[in-house]
Amino acid sequence: MPKSSSLRRWLAAAVAGGALLAGAVQAQAKPPECIAPAKPGGGYDLTCRLAANGLQEAKLIDEPMLVTYMPGGIGAVAYNHVTGVRNDDPNLIVAASTGAALNLALKKFGAKQSVDDVRWLGALGVDYGAVVVRNDAPWQNLDELMQALKKNPSSVVIGAGGTVGSQDWMKAALMAKSANIDPRKLRYVSFEGGGEALAALLGEHIQVFTGDLAELKPQLDSGEVRILAALAEERQAGPYADIPTAKEQGYDVEWPIWRGYYMGPKVSDEAYQAWVERLRELSQTESFAKLREGRGLFPMSKFGDDFDQYVKKQVASFSQLAKEVGLTQ
Amino acid sequence: MFDFLIQGFGVALTPLNLGLAFLGALLGTLFGALPGIGPINGIAILMPLAYTLGLPAESSLILLAGIYTGSEYGGRMSSILLNVPGDAGAVMTTLDGHPLAKKGLAGPALGLSAVSSFIGATVAILGLTLFAPLLAIVAVKFGPAEFFALMIFAFASMSAMMGKDPLKTLIGAVLGVLISTVGVDSGTGVLRFTFDMPELYDGIDFVVMIIGLFAVSEILLMLEHAFRHDQDGEMAPIGRVMVKMSEVLYCKWAILRSSVIGFVIGVLPGTGASVASAVAYTTEKRISDHDNSFGTGNMRGLAAPEAANNASAAGSFVPMLTLGIPGSGTTAILLGALMLYNINPGPMMFREQPMVVGGLIASLYIGNVMLLLLNLPLAGVFARVLQVPRWLLVPSVAILAFVGVYQLHSDLMAIYLMLAIGVFGYLLRKFGFSLAPVVLGFVLGGLMEENLRRALSISGGDLAILWQSGLSIGLWIAAAAVAFIPLFAGRLKAKFLPARSA
Repeated sequence: MPKSSSLRRWLAAAVAGGALLAGAVQAQAKPPECIAPAKPGGGYDLTCRLAANGLQEAKLIDEPMLVTYMPGGIGAVAYNHVTGVRNDDPNLIVAASTGAALNLALKKFGAKQSVDDVRWLGALGVDYGAVVVRNDAPWQNLDELMQALKKNPSSVVIGAGGTVGSQDWMKAALMAKSANIDPRKLRYVSFEGGGEALAALLGEHIQVFTGDLAELKPQLDSGEVRILAALAEERQAGPYADIPTAKEQGYDVEWPIWRGYYMGPKVSDEAYQAWVERLRELSQTESFAKLREGRGLFPMSKFGDDFDQYVKKQVASFSQLAKEVGLTQ
Repeated sequence: MFDFLIQGFGVALTPLNLGLAFLGALLGTLFGALPGIGPINGIAILMPLAYTLGLPAESSLILLAGIYTGSEYGGRMSSILLNVPGDAGAVMTTLDGHPLAKKGLAGPALGLSAVSSFIGATVAILGLTLFAPLLAIVAVKFGPAEFFALMIFAFASMSAMMGKDPLKTLIGAVLGVLISTVGVDSGTGVLRFTFDMPELYDGIDFVVMIIGLFAVSEILLMLEHAFRHDQDGEMAPIGRVMVKMSEVLYCKWAILRSSVIGFVIGVLPGTGASVASAVAYTTEKRISDHDNSFGTGNMRGLAAPEAANNASAAGSFVPMLTLGIPGSGTTAILLGALMLYNINPGPMMFREQPMVVGGLIASLYIGNVMLLLLNLPLAGVFARVLQVPRWLLVPSVAILAFVGVYQLHSDLMAIYLMLAIGVFGYLLRKFGFSLAPVVLGFVLGGLMEENLRRALSISGGDLAILWQSGLSIGLWIAAAAVAFIPLFAGRLKAKFLPARSA
């Protein structure tokens, strides 16, 4: 008997110790916190770090910002958490992107969750979709590729880092739709993230990669790939000046990938406005511009109501698109 | 040609960077030794710290790379001492490492695995220095069809592990494959077996799986013994502490073979230490297990996976530094860390950032020597951990793992899932199943399914794509060989050996 009773004693002590620790943490004043709705190291992690590092360097927060990871359900777990559990926390922001808006439109965050359930705070940067081929590909411009697809939609193997219904697939589907091609006839291959898809492009396993503009800079510099079109409103500056938009080439497709944040639905107007101002001020500092560029993001400044309406409009248009390309009824 | 390396040693040998390499090695060993932290999380935790401290790019990369390679060293400790893998690459280390500890050879086991880790890493860093650009070109030739053939080969070599009870090994592997299907389907985005729980959309996390399967089931077994008042867990005797030269020499070919296997698999994007150590272990069992002692504490069975997981860590830097494509989950995070510094790793990095690339490679050499010097004496110290009674040791480690997992998920669901998997693991062990095939089925099954479906979407459903390239044909032949030759080998031996002796 001595063994099992001492075992119980130890376990009890451990549990009590754990509870005390948790209590001590609870009792402290709360530092600002950013939830990255993913595992460490992904795009959401970097979105949180963008705010955390930027705000600290610009001295817009007194204490360092905590970055918490909440993976699960491509962001659904965090969304449910903030609409349900910590819905009034004035110190909590959550990283989001165009992907979150798409998932809301596709009802992947749960049938009951809608874009109106949180307070959209603002976006600090944006990247744009890009249609990429190897430098030895037969197509010199977007039109040549689209003509080939029109002739036979399944003659070209397109790949990217997401499943059917993901952002990367939407880029390909919208391209197809703009040329009156049925997106379901495309030969689309999904990989685990953009890196693997890029490897498949370089290894000649796929012919076209629908990726993101800024993340392709290293391969663009080395001349291994050719970007046929940027899915942006207008041409970008600097190293991207020579890349035409899809629109210029007669295919009206845009795919901005914004990086921004939202807060709980019951956060006071006062706390919400304070965060809006903080982010707005941050976006105007010079040190932040450097940080943003390093993260491979183009400038985007939409905050407060402006951003709130932008996201809601985007979700509405995604819902419409999803119906048109046959993802939802 | 090797200017960058000479420059790199200049960078890595400054006092600050030497200190950081040591700190990284030490922290990495600790992160690896604690189940539930592992290299990915260790780096994610320290990345912001390195950035906030204002370290220059090469210094913070040296620190983070030290953590990565260090944790491949550390992962073996709890595998050997507790039968709980410290990280993904250390699952196979439990198979022979823990039986050795039970025999009172914990010290030599830790020492031998440190030496084989060192050799594995050295072979791979040499490979990285000499052949990186060349290998990168070959690595991208490895497409979905070739990955599928590689997974077939890995499953075929698992038949080597079947040992006493082939049916149970097979069932275990199939259970693992089934568990890997939970979550968003990687091709179509359809939800599979998620029961409307968003927590399951991303599938079951590897760490949750290992901690549940190994650590929780271990505690349940101990509880059962405690309540039945068994005299279980007699403390393992602490025998001699140092590994003998003759033991290292006994394993020399096993170590070298596994180093090469580990390096090659590490170079391929998308496969990491877990696949590398599994293939190395099963291959080694095929080649050198003449008396069927693998799994009961064979030194070679311990040396092989340890050499392979360290070699694969260094190998995964090849696609990262030459193509800007991560070779493993951990290098994916290192890529993110570099982006914070305005450095985009990619084809131009060797030319544009020779200081960073050279400093990193030089620090891998230095860190590797430090790790050996750190880990050899520590073997004796850590072996004494076994003097702590198991009923205290295992729950303490499990509590640390729980805290680690909760920290990463911020969600109780992950803990419940871990407990449920623990009960499942307990039942499996009561019914005499080995846990390693379940974990391998889980890891390999997911990769196999994804790549099969990718290959078929590329070919438009034509199965012929699976054996169109020379690489995949070679892998199919190898798979057939490991699966069928042993069946005939026995008969052939019986036929020819007497003739020869006559």
